[in-house]
Amino acid sequence: MNLALRDIRHNLGRFLLTCLGLGLLLGVALAMVGIYRGLVDEALSLARGLQADLWVVEAGSRGPFAEASRIPGDVREAVARLSGVVAAGSLTFQTVEARHAGGPGSDAAPTEDVVRERGGEAGRPRIGAVLRLQVVGHEPGRPGGPPGLVAGRGIGRGRLEMVADRSSGLPLGAMVEMAGTRFRVVGLTARTVSTGGDPLAWITLRDAQELQFRLSPPAARRAQAGGGGGQPQDTVNAVVARLSPNARAEEVASVIRRWKHFSALTAAEQENVLTRSVVERARRQIGLFTAVLLLVSAVIVALIIYTLTMDKMREIATLKLIGAPDRSIVALIMQQALMLGGIAFAGGTALLLSVKDAFPRRVLLGPEEVVGFGLLVLMICLAASLLGVRYALRIEPAQALGG
Amino acid sequence: MMPAPLVELIGIAKGFGQGEARVQALEGITLSVAPGEVVGLRGPSGSGKSTLLNLVACILEPDAGVLRLAGETVWEGGWRRRDLRALRREKIGFIFQFHNLLPFLDATDNVALALTLAGIELPEARRQARALLDHLQVGKRATAMPAKLSGGEAQRVAIARALANQPRIILADEPTAALDSERAGVVMDLLRQVAREQSAAVLVVTHDDKIFARFDRMVSLRDGRIEAAGLPAAALTAV
Ligand SMILES: Nc1ncnc2c1ncn2[C@@H]1O[C@H](COP(=O)(O)OP(=O)(O)OP(=O)(O)O)[C@@H](O)[C@H]1O
Ligand SMILES: [Mg+2]
Repeated sequence: MNLALRDIRHNLGRFLLTCLGLGLLLGVALAMVGIYRGLVDEALSLARGLQADLWVVEAGSRGPFAEASRIPGDVREAVARLSGVVAAGSLTFQTVEARHAGGPGSDAAPTEDVVRERGGEAGRPRIGAVLRLQVVGHEPGRPGGPPGLVAGRGIGRGRLEMVADRSSGLPLGAMVEMAGTRFRVVGLTARTVSTGGDPLAWITLRDAQELQFRLSPPAARRAQAGGGGGQPQDTVNAVVARLSPNARAEEVASVIRRWKHFSALTAAEQENVLTRSVVERARRQIGLFTAVLLLVSAVIVALIIYTLTMDKMREIATLKLIGAPDRSIVALIMQQALMLGGIAFAGGTALLLSVKDAFPRRVLLGPEEVVGFGLLVLMICLAASLLGVRYALRIEPAQALGG
Repeated sequence: MMPAPLVELIGIAKGFGQGEARVQALEGITLSVAPGEVVGLRGPSGSGKSTLLNLVACILEPDAGVLRLAGETVWEGGWRRRDLRALRREKIGFIFQFHNLLPFLDATDNVALALTLAGIELPEARRQARALLDHLQVGKRATAMPAKLSGGEAQRVAIARALANQPRIILADEPTAALDSERAGVVMDLLRQVAREQSAAVLVVTHDDKIFARFDRMVSLRDGRIEAAGLPAAALTAV
């Protein structure tokens, strides 16, 4: 006969209400875990999405994301000639404030109705809205292009085309204005964001270099133009290489490191740099917050179990009177703690999983996180129930007597 | 030769509180109950009847004297037995002044719980519990929760729980207070039957002079001392 369950069923409403409250708290704590995992995933998605086996950057830099890196564009050919390298592509990265400039070919901004008709999905920026985009300049056909389009096509030879991440809210055919130039969205990707969570936007390397030139401060622009005759220099932030399956990334990287002015990072090193430098601070902050939430949950579970046990003082004394051993009394309390934690955890998790896509930034929860968090909650519940257990074991059977 | 007593108290004393507030609830109590014997305990309120019963049940610890249960010395200058709960579970059935049923179990399971604690499987425990409830004329309320039972019904369920494990020592604190005289008679007859069939010692606190005739012996307490013991029940009712 399971006394824990029978007692809970006797007071089911109160118990479920308690579970609901705890569930919300645990849901928030789990959301923290998911937000952290989402941050890491977003940070890595850029490096991963570009599908590079090797990153060639400026010497002494751990770029191009964690630190600045500027190298001449013609390095690409040298890298491409290395044995083991299948293909190489130059890339530039810049964060740009862009303006949604309406539909294709329309100089006047279309009415709201037209936008709604074309789009349909929520969160779409209005015409004229300012967007922050992480602009990637790449050479079509070479490594570094957008991974897996979900709509439209890739950038062709034509100029002033753009492939943007769906999270920008830009529809196919939308016009985007950056530094006075209008780009047309021809393709959409999904889940490609910068380490800061900004949607990515691919344009051709040439467009990107011109954009960079126009966006740089006037003084720098004059200095650059002095040498190049008003043309932007062929400077890129990194060269990415795809290796043949039997080439070892570490070996190719060591060859490049011997070149003057250049450094190389393997894909694994790049991910390492990103997680450490970009995510470290966020991790500490979120980790601390999660720890505090879990601590609060533990205190609350302890208090709930303690009160539940106090309310059952007379019943526990009666159990002792009729000869129930301590182990059945401990089981009664611990099982209730586990049921409380289990139901609250299940409820909180279900709630979170159903709303997580509405968060502005990615909340990533795999079975690993959920199971790990669940085990942690169970441990917290067991530990928190010890206070109640101690109280129960000290109850005297004589306390069952009297009115 | 008289069979060895199941309950034996020699010079038992018990006080509560300290200093000024000290109450000497019991003093120099010597009493024994033989197997098959049904003994009544009477006396004015505050005379120490419940205290005496709780001492025998090992719920309270004596201050002095010797307490023997079923031939085993349980207290003499200190507890002689470590697992008092196992002792209660195996040897003692206790019927409280207030019924003390577990509010979250129905009548049947309140009784069956005592049986499962003694190692009987739940289906069998429930079967026996039903039979016992039927016997105590509360079979109709077998699935009711304690809060839905009348005082008399609850008390009979509590009695069924006390008798479930066929204890050799049965202690009852005013078990018939909440019952009408007909049902009180049924309960007393049942206790007498158990005493005979199981050779159990039965010690019952009662105020109810209608049932005095059903005891083998009455013990009267006054101010924590035994005033009159061993008088045949008939003699007391005559007083
Ligand atoms: N836990 C306790 N702490 C202090 N004093 C107590 C305690 N239990 C009993 N007493 C005192 O001991 C004396 C005997 O009490 P007891 O409950 O045994 O009387 P009783 O004969 O059962 O009375 P009643 O017929 O009212 O049930 C009383 O004076 C009572 O106040
Ligand atoms: Mg009393």
